[in-house]
Amino acid sequence: MTGRRRIITGIVAIVLVAGAAAAFAVAWRPRIAAIAPPRPDTFDPDIVKRGRDLAAIGNCNTCHTVQGGANYAGGLPVPTPFGTIFSSNITPDAETGIGGWPEEAFVRAMRSGVGRDGRHLYPTFPYDHFTNVSEADDRALYAFLMTRQPVHALPPANQLAFPLNYRPLIAGWKLLYLRAGDVPSDAAKGAEWNRGAYLVEGLAHCGACHTPRNALGAERVNAQFAGGDVDNWHAYALNDSSYAPVRWTADALYAYLRHGWHSDHGTARGPMAEVVGNLASVPDTDVRAIAVYMADISGAPAPDRKPLADAVTQSTSADAAQANAAGAAIYAATCASCHEGNRALPYGGVNLALSTAIASPDPRNMLNIVLSGIGAVAGERSPIMPGFAASIDDAQTVALANYLRARFGKRPAWSDLDKAVRDARAVQAASLVARDAPTDSRQRGKP
Amino acid sequence: MTMVKVNGRDHQVDADPDTPLLYVLRDDLALNAAKFGCGLGQCGACTVIVDGKAVLSCVTPLLLVEGKQVTTLEGLGTVAAPAPIQRAFMEEQAAQCGYCIAGMMMRAQALLMRNPKPSDAQIRAELEPHLCRCGTHMRILRAVHRAARLMDTVDAASDRSIR
Repeated sequence: MTGRRRIITGIVAIVLVAGAAAAFAVAWRPRIAAIAPPRPDTFDPDIVKRGRDLAAIGNCNTCHTVQGGANYAGGLPVPTPFGTIFSSNITPDAETGIGGWPEEAFVRAMRSGVGRDGRHLYPTFPYDHFTNVSEADDRALYAFLMTRQPVHALPPANQLAFPLNYRPLIAGWKLLYLRAGDVPSDAAKGAEWNRGAYLVEGLAHCGACHTPRNALGAERVNAQFAGGDVDNWHAYALNDSSYAPVRWTADALYAYLRHGWHSDHGTARGPMAEVVGNLASVPDTDVRAIAVYMADISGAPAPDRKPLADAVTQSTSADAAQANAAGAAIYAATCASCHEGNRALPYGGVNLALSTAIASPDPRNMLNIVLSGIGAVAGERSPIMPGFAASIDDAQTVALANYLRARFGKRPAWSDLDKAVRDARAVQAASLVARDAPTDSRQRGKP
Repeated sequence: MTMVKVNGRDHQVDADPDTPLLYVLRDDLALNAAKFGCGLGQCGACTVIVDGKAVLSCVTPLLLVEGKQVTTLEGLGTVAAPAPIQRAFMEEQAAQCGYCIAGMMMRAQALLMRNPKPSDAQIRAELEPHLCRCGTHMRILRAVHRAARLMDTVDAASDRSIR
């Protein structure tokens, strides 16, 4: 071996060792020793109650509970472009839940997405938002969860292909995308706005669904609230690119989040129905803060939307009927009696000219709602609509969708509707197969 | 005129396309098993089977069922020869006032056609859209299980299909 070769080999070795050391430093997190599960009566009831409200704002039960399963016991399959991840058990069971977690481990998980054992958690758990939650709120959440009924339940193993099943890689993702201190604050906007910013960007993690994601599954910072995907639903844009025919105001948003519907916009359904169901137990002040902040950052509608929004409020003409007689007939026979009836929301149907689902470029929400309807929620004055999956066939659904889009959306036809209808029907059918016992009334069916 | 197949027979119906199937069945065809409850698709009393699936006939316009196979309770069995689902409901005495029961039986029948051995939880989930104010729920559950067993016996096996 010549001298030069020896030097190169030496440099390569040093670089490799240094690289490995750096990667280790980035990826390695210490294990935190387990504790005996603290007794529920060691927590301050006021803090537990605060934690309950916070858990509702964080929508924790939606991912950490399967339909028909025990609350917070985990096991919900979350489909992602990278594979299926199963939510964890966050009841205080020592073996399968977080019973052995000291408070500092819980705070660390919320802050930086690391489990008690030092393993990196997948960002399906939205710690990119939760990192903004205050330590006091983390403690209240901990107190709430540690005083729930412990449930012994091990979630199924994640279904991720190599190398994504190699958790140290998540450390690299965090280097790129985990940023603490992202919450905007502006003293001039008042306490309500700032409270809303804290909730929306933090615990409520609205962007997790409403912001589109990049190829690595991170929210695109330059497209905040531009609309995203969840299950087979489109989470509407909440920024100035919103397709809502009538612009959202803070009051409208407050009423919508409080009651699950608004006469200018229609009803919350799909995953948003679960969000609204959870918010039902949250104090008015926090719901209003969320509404004030969201309405403010949504801004004025994008220029091309404005004339449309104005036109929609005046026009209900039906030129589309000639172009699509079959769709027009289905609408007249099936939909009009409620959507053009005189019953007020939530029992009557919204004027479809106001429907974001029909104005939106993504037909999935409209198809889901036609096929699955909106189930009544026990004990609430909630919106209702029968589902038509059993009585309307695919061709009829396509004809109806084209008609609604042309007449009420006043926009070019949706493309590839046949496939969208087949997909929506597959999801609806799968929900019938998967469902088990009816659960507590707040958990609506997941179509 | 609209053609619908009800309980195996073709009918030409002279009604507007937006007429609810329930009205066609009761008023035009004198098939009174399906009941008017809420008229909003929220109580299940009007349930019939269309092409093998349970459908709320009060919110299903005639237009959507043109050319399809509609089955009502009358199409399952008769007083002299009740279908398994009807026998089971009688044997369990699962009706009190009975107003909701025709709809319950139709959805249970649709369930048993696609799942011959449903679990308790599956029956509960399936019948969730149906309201009963009398409170025979536990008997209804037992009746559906009994119907599943009846359909499994040799003499009743042919009755799993519907006309």
